[in-house]
Amino acid sequence: MTLLELDLAQAREGLQNRDFSSVELTEAYIKAIEAARDLNAFIVETPEKALAMAEESDRRLAAGSHRDLEGLPLAIKDLFCTEGIQSTAGSHILEGFVPPYESTVTSKLWDAGAVLLGKTNLDEFAMGSSNITSYFGPVTNPWSEPGAARPLVPGGSSGGSASAVAARLCLGATGTDTGGSIRQPASFVGCVGMKPTYGRCSRFGIVAFASSLDQAGPMTRNVRDAAILLQRMVGHDPKDSTSATVDVPDFEAALTGDIKGLKIGIPNEYRMDGTPKDIIDLWQKGVEWLRGAGAEIREVSLPHTKYALPAYYIVAPAEASSNLARYDGMRYGLRVDGENLIETYEKTRGEGFGDEVKRRVLIGTYVLSAGYYDAYYLKAQRIRTLIKRDFDQAFDTVDLLLTPTTPFAPFGIGERADDPIKMYLNDVFTVPTNLAGLPGISVPAGLDGDNLPLGLQLIGRPFDEATVLRAAGVLEEAAGFTALPPYLAEGGRA
Amino acid sequence: MSLDEADVARIARLARIEIDPAKRSALAAELSNIMGWIEQLNEVDTDGVPPMTSVGEAKLAMRSDEVTDGDKVEDILKNAPEQQDGHFVVPKVVE
Repeated sequence: MTLLELDLAQAREGLQNRDFSSVELTEAYIKAIEAARDLNAFIVETPEKALAMAEESDRRLAAGSHRDLEGLPLAIKDLFCTEGIQSTAGSHILEGFVPPYESTVTSKLWDAGAVLLGKTNLDEFAMGSSNITSYFGPVTNPWSEPGAARPLVPGGSSGGSASAVAARLCLGATGTDTGGSIRQPASFVGCVGMKPTYGRCSRFGIVAFASSLDQAGPMTRNVRDAAILLQRMVGHDPKDSTSATVDVPDFEAALTGDIKGLKIGIPNEYRMDGTPKDIIDLWQKGVEWLRGAGAEIREVSLPHTKYALPAYYIVAPAEASSNLARYDGMRYGLRVDGENLIETYEKTRGEGFGDEVKRRVLIGTYVLSAGYYDAYYLKAQRIRTLIKRDFDQAFDTVDLLLTPTTPFAPFGIGERADDPIKMYLNDVFTVPTNLAGLPGISVPAGLDGDNLPLGLQLIGRPFDEATVLRAAGVLEEAAGFTALPPYLAEGGRA
Repeated sequence: MSLDEADVARIARLARIEIDPAKRSALAAELSNIMGWIEQLNEVDTDGVPPMTSVGEAKLAMRSDEVTDGDKVEDILKNAPEQQDGHFVVPKVVE
């Protein structure tokens, strides 16, 4: 086995057994990233920093004082602030911004010994489902249809992290998920992506998009790796008043492989018109796999599902318009001078924001403006209550829900871009969990007729990531998804 | 809900985003389309349903009122487009 073939758990073992050094492992990834620049998965590569971190890890490994993630090279979505390293949120308005502080999630990863390979590309301010809204250009999915030349999107907004994991340019990556931005790209590239419960991970130092929805999470090659990475990302943080004070279980230990008697709900309302047959068939297979493993399958109803997406497109833009008000060109980031202060604001933001960000800030401003607040924003927040109640009622009778992750397979770069609503539909199956603050995971489960990966989603009760991961492990095992993308780092394939 | 060019100009001013007047009409059509799609929420009877105010229903934690951070003038100014003598330099605010 080459170094790049090892998953995170295997690399951890190899490092601790001193089969190879963190510097060797890190050098292999640095080379792979350099050779894969045409994917545009990284905005900034940090090879020198990575090697310095790897050397420190090797010292600790030699001394027998290694930490949980000692010497394991990771990629970080460029929405996380990293001290001394440019952090852009994929936006021109933050180009050149070098944070003097570190996000809580990434500082936890470094405290556990992980190695930073670089910052991954994303949709601007995490607004998008295809990574085409990034100021730094689109990311290419390492998957493609046999014989077809068109490059495919990796999904979004964590598209760079997704491509990097799938092409074996890192052992794992961080993502963030506001409406599906971890799970949808994970499904599009055939990797595992988990959004934990709202409040599980601190949001401190993550560039804010919609603060009541944003959550960080891991993107990895398999479920075990997700459990390992998640363990070192979570926990209460006094710097984020919404971060939860609940206990953190041992996620890796939760992977018992036993789901006998677990009740799994199949929500009727997720059978949407127009969903491709491949996806419906795969969902049915998922039901059979879980039933075969001893789970009890039940039909459940989430009556307000259809309203989740339009409600999201009020709540998320409203919060974004407020959060993005800080980009005014005064204290950091781009400044474009005008004749007076207001003109300077307007020119700075007009030039600094891309089209999709402008669209959402304008919608958010509109729905919060005088005379419209009750009709739109309050209405959407009432519907959010109904959606949460739907889930609460379902979880009275079942332990988990199984759904497809996305309503369609990866599409070409530039497609679905003519109509914003077409793009928004990507997140129809993932948005409800964000509105209700629930944990969800996407597990690669099969290929469609064009040989493109498809994921299935498991949704759990608040703070029950352990059960979500346990069932995800069983689903993964049963699905036996071993296909690799046509584009893979050299040495990533046996 | 249909938005026209004047609406776009008004919202853009509120949001402090310069929009090329030539693009207002296309943007008005786009935003109208999105707002029209959102109108389906009116099908839902929400009388008596409280608006969600917090996802986790968590009570905010209290802490003692102590200074825990500070003395970081250099850090804070590090990314300033323009600075002088430990201050941000900004355009004139009051005429």
